[in-house]
Amino acid sequence: MYRQIMVPVDLAHEATLAHALAVAADLARHWGASITYVGVTSPVPGTFAHNPGEFARKLAEFATAQGAALGIETRAHPAIAHDPTTEVDDALLRAVDETGADLVVMQSHIPGLVDYVWPSNGGKIAAHARASVMVVRG
Amino acid sequence: MSDTDAQGIPEPEGHSQLIETDYEIGQDNIETSVGPFGLDIHNPVFLISGLSIIAFVFYALVLPEQAESFFGWLRPAITSTFDGFFLAAANIFVLFCVFLIFSRFGSVRLGGADATPDYSYIGWFAMLFAAGMGIGLMFYGVSEPMSHFSSSLGGITEEGGARTDWAPLGAAAGNEAEAIRLGMAATVFHWGLHPWAIYAVVALALALFSYNKGLPLTIRSAFYPIFGDRVWGWTGHVIDTLAVFATLFGLATSLGFGATQANAGLNLLFGVPVGPTTEVILITAITSVALISVVRGLDGGVKILSEINMGLAALLLLFVLLVGPTLAILTGFGKSLLAYGEYLPALSNPFARTDDNFRQGWTAFYWAWWISWSPFVGMFIARVSRGRSVREFIIAVLLVPSLVCVLWMSVFGGTAIQQFVQDGYTAVKDAPLELKLFEMLKELPLASITSFVGIILVVVFFVTSSDSGSLVIDTITAGGKVDAPVPQRVFWCIFEGAVAIVLLIGGGLSSLQAMVISTGLPFTIVLLLMCWAILRGLQDEVRGT
Repeated sequence: MYRQIMVPVDLAHEATLAHALAVAADLARHWGASITYVGVTSPVPGTFAHNPGEFARKLAEFATAQGAALGIETRAHPAIAHDPTTEVDDALLRAVDETGADLVVMQSHIPGLVDYVWPSNGGKIAAHARASVMVVRG
Repeated sequence: MSDTDAQGIPEPEGHSQLIETDYEIGQDNIETSVGPFGLDIHNPVFLISGLSIIAFVFYALVLPEQAESFFGWLRPAITSTFDGFFLAAANIFVLFCVFLIFSRFGSVRLGGADATPDYSYIGWFAMLFAAGMGIGLMFYGVSEPMSHFSSSLGGITEEGGARTDWAPLGAAAGNEAEAIRLGMAATVFHWGLHPWAIYAVVALALALFSYNKGLPLTIRSAFYPIFGDRVWGWTGHVIDTLAVFATLFGLATSLGFGATQANAGLNLLFGVPVGPTTEVILITAITSVALISVVRGLDGGVKILSEINMGLAALLLLFVLLVGPTLAILTGFGKSLLAYGEYLPALSNPFARTDDNFRQGWTAFYWAWWISWSPFVGMFIARVSRGRSVREFIIAVLLVPSLVCVLWMSVFGGTAIQQFVQDGYTAVKDAPLELKLFEMLKELPLASITSFVGIILVVVFFVTSSDSGSLVIDTITAGGKVDAPVPQRVFWCIFEGAVAIVLLIGGGLSSLQAMVISTGLPFTIVLLLMCWAILRGLQDEVRGT
């Protein structure tokens, strides 16, 4: 059904991703699909990595570890945004095309009042990506 | 397993010497939410800066006379007592930058040996120029050459052995051609190499210590070679808070004064009434546009606005050049450059000079002003300069803007001086500061269109200062994190507009501006230390190759 699953990850907040990671892994096993973990970084040093090179390395390690633990084929795809606060959606949308994903599985919060004015990242990806999008809550 | 090379990331980044420290970026941050808004703020820099800004605004409002007399005394006291220090320090910054261009450090690349630039030359240049001095050029482009020209022409006047005139150096009494040369040289001196060297030092320090050393993008990181791990404690909190302080008050007071000036222009053009109501509407409008720009982000907002502004400014420049006295302006450009070169040693000499009013009231004032703005402009320049080599960086930040300033001053100031000298048009000389540009344009064809473009330029320059300033403050108060939630930058942008409105209505704009300029003194010491830190940092980079 699906061959390429893309999972956006914010590795500075890995703990919050558990649900989406598990769902994506189950789906990948079910269809024999491979998973590409997409991380968005800025060129400026951040909590998770000091530069884009280190970021790419750490993301690759994460993907390898996930692949080994879950027994699925995984890849890492780092993306860069000059101003991640506002450009993460666009970077993810580009990544959907670049990775050739046919399904995006992503974590999102439970929507509140603010989401009427300010859609979540998940909401924006679902609205604009060409691939199918599964937004995992909670 | 990873296919990292196909994407936009320069991988590998190549050689750079990371500083090993136990500090984790964001370790002091508080991640919380207020109502529906998520926050990720540095503890305690965010709170201290926010609260002390509110406290100072209250002070200026509740005790306006005391505030005004204190700061009204403080600023001239600082610029006249420490004028030699300011002048000498600024010279050191210029020499330091020139040294870096020619030294082996020039080939060090910001972001690692193989890093590639984040922005094209045009986008990069537009942004650093708009943040650096765009707005000042609109107001001083006509008035400053005019002032120095007429004071030089007036010659030296003395009273009790002290000079009472405002002319630079030995003036040029009665000699019109020489007064033009001296006036242009003095103006270019204030807008050329020295201010841009000040910005370049701060920007280079920040870029080097974050992109090559992996420290967070905040002012304190540049002090790591001096204070070591203490920069993560109170030493660093104080440095960062001071920077937030100078940035926010610098922006808010400029916004307040800028609204007054835009109002004067609108009044001249359309008869819009002058008063607090129009000014508050203007500040609100400028802040709203800035808000849209910061929410759209660095590439989608700030960069686009800067480029639009750059294009508009270039059009206005070209227009004045073509319909004004073209030949006189073009030869004037060459003459200004030559005069600048000729007078530079004398103008930058900090000692044994008699032109007290000019040296203290103009030069030392400007140096303190540029220096108090340097944390903001420097940090913004650093943010957009990854991937440039040190040599490329200094040439682009120091030489290119200086040349553009000479051109700008020659076109706008030169035209006004020609109008006065050739046609005896005195309005351009006698008009108040905020109207001089419009008086000059009035004498040229299509005045109503160009004046309107002038007002738009003033407003958009304010928007670009306001949005880049909000980004900088947001990054500092988030401990150097650039992925803090959007509501934070929205908060700073609105806060800045609110402070401007409160001060405009309640009074106190001038006392706070005096305070901002007073921060120039401690920051001068900070900048001198930064030069040393840059040298240390670059030595490590070179040694490792």
